[in-house]
Amino acid sequence: MLDALTVAVAVTALALAAWCGFAAYRDQPTKDWHFIGMAVVSVLALAQLVVGIVQLARGERPDQGMTIFIAYLIGAAAAVPAAGFLSLTERTRWGSVTVAAGAVVLAVLEVRLYDIWGN
Amino acid sequence: MSDTDRTGAPAPQHETPDRQQRFELGSGPGRVLVWFYGVFTVAAASRSIVEMILDFGKAPLAYVLSAVAAIVYGFITYSLVRGGEKARKAALMCCAAELAGVLVVGTWTRLEPSAFPDSTVWSEFGMGYLFIPVILPVTGMIWLRRARNA
Repeated sequence: MLDALTVAVAVTALALAAWCGFAAYRDQPTKDWHFIGMAVVSVLALAQLVVGIVQLARGERPDQGMTIFIAYLIGAAAAVPAAGFLSLTERTRWGSVTVAAGAVVLAVLEVRLYDIWGN
Repeated sequence: MSDTDRTGAPAPQHETPDRQQRFELGSGPGRVLVWFYGVFTVAAASRSIVEMILDFGKAPLAYVLSAVAAIVYGFITYSLVRGGEKARKAALMCCAAELAGVLVVGTWTRLEPSAFPDSTVWSEFGMGYLFIPVILPVTGMIWLRRARNA
Protein backbone atom coordinates (compact mmCIF):
# COMPACT_ATOMS: atom_id res chain seq x y z
CA MET A 1 0.00 0.00 0.00
CA LEU A 2 2.66 2.48 1.06
CA ASP A 3 5.01 1.50 -1.75
CA ALA A 4 2.22 1.87 -4.32
CA LEU A 5 1.46 5.36 -3.00
CA THR A 6 5.16 6.25 -3.05
CA VAL A 7 5.40 5.29 -6.71
CA ALA A 8 2.13 7.11 -7.52
CA VAL A 9 3.26 10.33 -5.82
CA ALA A 10 6.66 10.20 -7.55
CA VAL A 11 5.13 9.64 -11.01
CA THR A 12 2.43 12.33 -10.65
CA ALA A 13 5.03 14.75 -9.23
CA LEU A 14 7.27 14.24 -12.27
CA ALA A 15 4.27 14.75 -14.57
CA LEU A 16 3.44 17.99 -12.72
CA ALA A 17 7.08 19.08 -13.05
CA ALA A 18 7.00 18.47 -16.81
CA TRP A 19 3.66 20.28 -17.16
CA CYS A 20 4.77 23.37 -15.22
CA GLY A 21 8.16 23.26 -16.92
CA PHE A 22 6.30 23.41 -20.24
CA ALA A 23 4.27 26.40 -19.00
CA ALA A 24 7.52 28.14 -18.06
CA TYR A 25 8.97 27.31 -21.48
CA ARG A 26 5.93 29.00 -23.08
CA ASP A 27 6.45 32.02 -20.79
CA GLN A 28 3.21 31.44 -18.87
CA PRO A 29 2.39 31.69 -15.14
CA THR A 30 0.62 28.85 -13.33
CA LYS A 31 -3.09 28.71 -14.22
CA ASP A 32 -6.14 27.17 -12.54
CA TRP A 33 -5.51 23.83 -14.23
CA HIS A 34 -1.99 23.72 -12.83
CA PHE A 35 -3.38 24.33 -9.35
CA ILE A 36 -5.81 21.44 -9.81
CA GLY A 37 -2.81 19.32 -10.76
CA MET A 38 -0.96 20.49 -7.65
CA ALA A 39 -4.03 19.62 -5.56
CA VAL A 40 -4.09 16.08 -6.96
CA VAL A 41 -0.39 15.53 -6.15
CA SER A 42 -0.83 17.10 -2.69
CA VAL A 43 -3.84 14.88 -1.88
CA LEU A 44 -1.80 11.80 -2.84
CA ALA A 45 1.09 12.99 -0.64
CA LEU A 46 -1.34 13.61 2.24
CA ALA A 47 -2.80 10.12 1.76
CA GLN A 48 0.75 8.80 1.95
CA LEU A 49 1.29 10.67 5.22
CA VAL A 50 -1.90 9.13 6.71
CA VAL A 51 -1.12 5.61 5.46
CA GLY A 52 2.44 5.91 6.73
CA ILE A 53 1.26 6.87 10.22
CA VAL A 54 -1.34 4.06 10.21
CA GLN A 55 1.39 1.55 9.30
CA LEU A 56 3.52 2.86 12.17
CA ALA A 57 0.55 2.57 14.53
CA ARG A 58 0.10 -1.05 13.42
CA GLY A 59 3.60 -1.75 14.66
CA GLU A 60 5.45 -1.85 11.35
CA ARG A 61 8.81 -0.10 11.45
CA PRO A 62 10.80 1.66 8.71
CA ASP A 63 14.30 0.35 8.03
CA GLN A 64 16.13 3.62 8.68
CA GLY A 65 14.34 4.92 11.76
CA MET A 66 10.98 6.36 12.63
CA THR A 67 12.00 10.02 13.15
CA ILE A 68 13.50 10.30 9.67
CA PHE A 69 10.52 8.50 8.14
CA ILE A 70 7.99 10.90 9.71
CA ALA A 71 10.12 13.95 8.84
CA TYR A 72 10.25 12.92 5.19
CA LEU A 73 6.50 12.18 5.12
CA ILE A 74 5.75 15.69 6.43
CA GLY A 75 8.25 17.26 4.03
CA ALA A 76 6.69 15.38 1.11
CA ALA A 77 3.18 16.54 2.06
CA ALA A 78 4.32 20.18 2.40
CA ALA A 79 6.55 20.48 -0.69
CA VAL A 80 4.03 21.09 -3.48
CA PRO A 81 1.62 23.33 -1.46
CA ALA A 82 4.56 25.52 -0.41
CA ALA A 83 5.76 25.88 -4.01
CA GLY A 84 2.15 26.56 -5.07
CA PHE A 85 1.85 29.46 -2.63
CA LEU A 86 5.12 30.93 -3.91
CA SER A 87 3.80 30.76 -7.48
CA LEU A 88 0.57 32.52 -6.41
CA THR A 89 2.59 35.62 -5.55
CA GLU A 90 4.86 35.32 -8.61
CA ARG A 91 2.58 35.61 -11.64
CA THR A 92 5.31 35.12 -14.23
CA ARG A 93 7.04 32.16 -15.85
CA TRP A 94 9.29 32.01 -12.78
CA GLY A 95 6.29 30.98 -10.68
CA SER A 96 5.91 27.99 -13.01
CA VAL A 97 9.61 27.20 -12.67
CA THR A 98 9.20 27.26 -8.87
CA VAL A 99 6.35 24.72 -8.96
CA ALA A 100 8.31 22.51 -11.38
CA ALA A 101 11.28 22.65 -8.99
CA GLY A 102 8.99 21.86 -6.06
CA ALA A 103 7.61 18.80 -7.85
CA VAL A 104 11.14 17.58 -8.62
CA VAL A 105 12.07 18.00 -4.94
CA LEU A 106 8.98 15.91 -4.05
CA ALA A 107 10.02 13.16 -6.48
CA VAL A 108 13.48 13.06 -4.85
CA LEU A 109 11.86 12.88 -1.40
CA GLU A 110 9.79 9.89 -2.61
CA VAL A 111 12.92 8.04 -3.76
CA ARG A 112 14.43 8.62 -0.31
CA LEU A 113 11.16 7.58 1.38
CA TYR A 114 11.22 4.31 -0.55
CA ASP A 115 14.71 3.59 0.82
CA ILE A 116 13.84 4.70 4.35
CA TRP A 117 10.78 2.47 4.55
CA GLY A 118 12.65 -0.47 3.04
CA ASN A 119 10.92 -3.81 3.78
CA MET B 1 -12.77 56.78 -16.31
CA SER B 2 -10.38 54.15 -15.28
CA ASP B 3 -7.53 56.16 -16.70
CA THR B 4 -8.32 59.16 -14.50
CA ASP B 5 -8.43 56.86 -11.52
CA ARG B 6 -5.04 55.53 -12.40
CA THR B 7 -3.33 58.91 -12.41
CA GLY B 8 -3.91 59.22 -8.67
CA ALA B 9 -1.95 56.10 -7.80
CA PRO B 10 1.46 55.12 -9.16
CA ALA B 11 -0.22 52.34 -11.12
CA PRO B 12 2.18 51.07 -13.77
CA GLN B 13 5.04 50.30 -11.43
CA HIS B 14 3.12 49.89 -8.17
CA GLU B 15 6.37 50.37 -6.31
CA THR B 16 7.07 52.65 -3.40
CA PRO B 17 9.36 55.69 -3.95
CA ASP B 18 12.17 54.06 -1.96
CA ARG B 19 12.61 51.51 -4.72
CA GLN B 20 16.23 52.62 -5.04
CA GLN B 21 16.94 51.41 -1.52
CA ARG B 22 14.73 48.35 -1.26
CA PHE B 23 14.53 46.69 -4.64
CA GLU B 24 13.25 43.15 -4.67
CA LEU B 25 15.59 40.19 -4.70
CA GLY B 26 13.00 37.46 -4.30
CA SER B 27 10.86 38.03 -7.39
CA GLY B 28 11.31 36.79 -10.94
CA PRO B 29 14.18 34.29 -11.13
CA GLY B 30 14.88 35.16 -7.49
CA ARG B 31 11.65 33.37 -6.55
CA VAL B 32 13.15 30.06 -7.66
CA LEU B 33 16.21 30.79 -5.50
CA VAL B 34 13.95 31.57 -2.52
CA TRP B 35 12.34 28.16 -3.01
CA PHE B 36 15.62 26.24 -3.20
CA TYR B 37 17.22 28.11 -0.30
CA GLY B 38 14.05 27.57 1.73
CA VAL B 39 14.09 23.85 0.99
CA PHE B 40 17.76 23.57 1.92
CA THR B 41 17.24 25.54 5.12
CA VAL B 42 14.55 23.08 6.20
CA ALA B 43 16.53 20.06 5.01
CA ALA B 44 19.81 21.01 6.66
CA ALA B 45 18.18 22.26 9.87
CA SER B 46 15.94 19.24 10.40
CA ARG B 47 18.75 16.88 9.49
CA SER B 48 21.25 18.39 11.94
CA ILE B 49 18.65 18.70 14.73
CA VAL B 50 17.55 15.06 14.37
CA GLU B 51 21.14 13.82 14.20
CA MET B 52 22.22 15.89 17.20
CA ILE B 53 19.30 14.69 19.32
CA LEU B 54 19.62 11.02 18.36
CA ASP B 55 23.37 10.58 18.73
CA PHE B 56 25.55 13.67 18.93
CA GLY B 57 28.64 11.71 19.90
CA LYS B 58 28.74 9.70 16.70
CA ALA B 59 30.04 12.52 14.47
CA PRO B 60 29.95 15.87 16.26
CA LEU B 61 31.98 17.71 13.62
CA ALA B 62 29.70 16.60 10.78
CA TYR B 63 26.55 17.54 12.69
CA VAL B 64 27.85 20.97 13.69
CA LEU B 65 28.83 21.64 10.06
CA SER B 66 25.31 20.71 8.94
CA ALA B 67 23.90 23.12 11.52
CA VAL B 68 26.21 25.89 10.25
CA ALA B 69 25.02 25.17 6.71
CA ALA B 70 21.41 25.47 7.90
CA ILE B 71 22.11 28.88 9.46
CA VAL B 72 23.80 30.16 6.29
CA TYR B 73 20.92 28.91 4.12
CA GLY B 74 18.38 30.46 6.47
CA PHE B 75 20.10 33.83 6.41
CA ILE B 76 20.32 33.88 2.60
CA THR B 77 16.61 32.97 2.33
CA TYR B 78 15.76 35.82 4.71
CA SER B 79 17.94 38.29 2.77
CA LEU B 80 16.37 37.33 -0.56
CA VAL B 81 12.88 37.88 0.84
CA ARG B 82 13.84 41.17 2.51
CA GLY B 83 15.43 42.80 -0.55
CA GLY B 84 17.40 46.01 -0.77
CA GLU B 85 21.07 46.85 -1.13
CA LYS B 86 22.13 45.84 2.39
CA ALA B 87 20.43 42.48 2.11
CA ARG B 88 21.95 42.00 -1.34
CA LYS B 89 25.48 42.57 -0.03
CA ALA B 90 24.91 40.35 2.98
CA ALA B 91 23.46 37.57 0.82
CA LEU B 92 26.36 37.89 -1.62
CA MET B 93 28.85 37.43 1.22
CA CYS B 94 26.92 34.45 2.56
CA CYS B 95 26.81 32.86 -0.89
CA ALA B 96 30.61 33.23 -1.11
CA ALA B 97 30.96 31.72 2.38
CA GLU B 98 28.60 28.93 1.36
CA LEU B 99 30.61 28.15 -1.77
CA ALA B 100 33.84 28.20 0.24
CA GLY B 101 32.22 25.92 2.82
CA VAL B 102 31.10 23.40 0.21
CA LEU B 103 34.55 23.36 -1.42
CA VAL B 104 36.46 23.10 1.88
CA VAL B 105 34.20 20.45 3.42
CA GLY B 106 33.99 18.61 0.09
CA THR B 107 37.79 18.45 -0.23
CA TRP B 108 38.16 17.65 3.48
CA THR B 109 35.82 14.64 3.25
CA ARG B 110 37.79 13.38 0.26
CA LEU B 111 41.22 13.80 1.89
CA GLU B 112 40.36 12.64 5.39
CA PRO B 113 37.19 10.53 5.48
CA SER B 114 38.01 9.37 9.01
CA ALA B 115 37.17 12.85 10.36
CA PHE B 116 33.58 12.27 9.24
CA PRO B 117 32.02 9.03 10.55
CA ASP B 118 28.70 10.41 9.27
CA SER B 119 28.25 12.68 6.27
CA THR B 120 27.20 16.35 6.25
CA VAL B 121 25.09 18.34 3.79
CA TRP B 122 28.32 19.51 2.18
CA SER B 123 30.16 16.16 2.10
CA GLU B 124 31.58 15.09 -1.28
CA PHE B 125 30.65 18.53 -2.65
CA GLY B 126 26.97 17.89 -1.92
CA MET B 127 26.75 14.66 -3.91
CA GLY B 128 23.98 13.30 -1.68
CA TYR B 129 21.90 16.34 -2.66
CA LEU B 130 22.42 16.07 -6.43
CA PHE B 131 25.32 18.59 -6.22
CA ILE B 132 22.77 21.36 -5.65
CA PRO B 133 24.87 22.70 -2.69
CA VAL B 134 27.62 23.58 -5.22
CA ILE B 135 25.31 24.88 -7.96
CA LEU B 136 23.15 27.01 -5.64
CA PRO B 137 25.74 29.55 -4.38
CA VAL B 138 27.09 30.09 -7.92
CA THR B 139 23.58 30.71 -9.27
CA GLY B 140 22.85 32.88 -6.25
CA MET B 141 25.91 35.08 -6.81
CA ILE B 142 25.13 35.50 -10.52
CA TRP B 143 21.57 36.55 -9.63
CA LEU B 144 22.64 38.89 -6.83
CA ARG B 145 25.19 40.64 -9.04
CA ARG B 146 22.62 41.11 -11.77
CA ALA B 147 19.79 42.17 -9.43
CA ARG B 148 21.56 45.42 -8.58
CA ASN B 149 21.11 46.69 -12.15
CA ALA B 150 17.53 45.46 -12.48
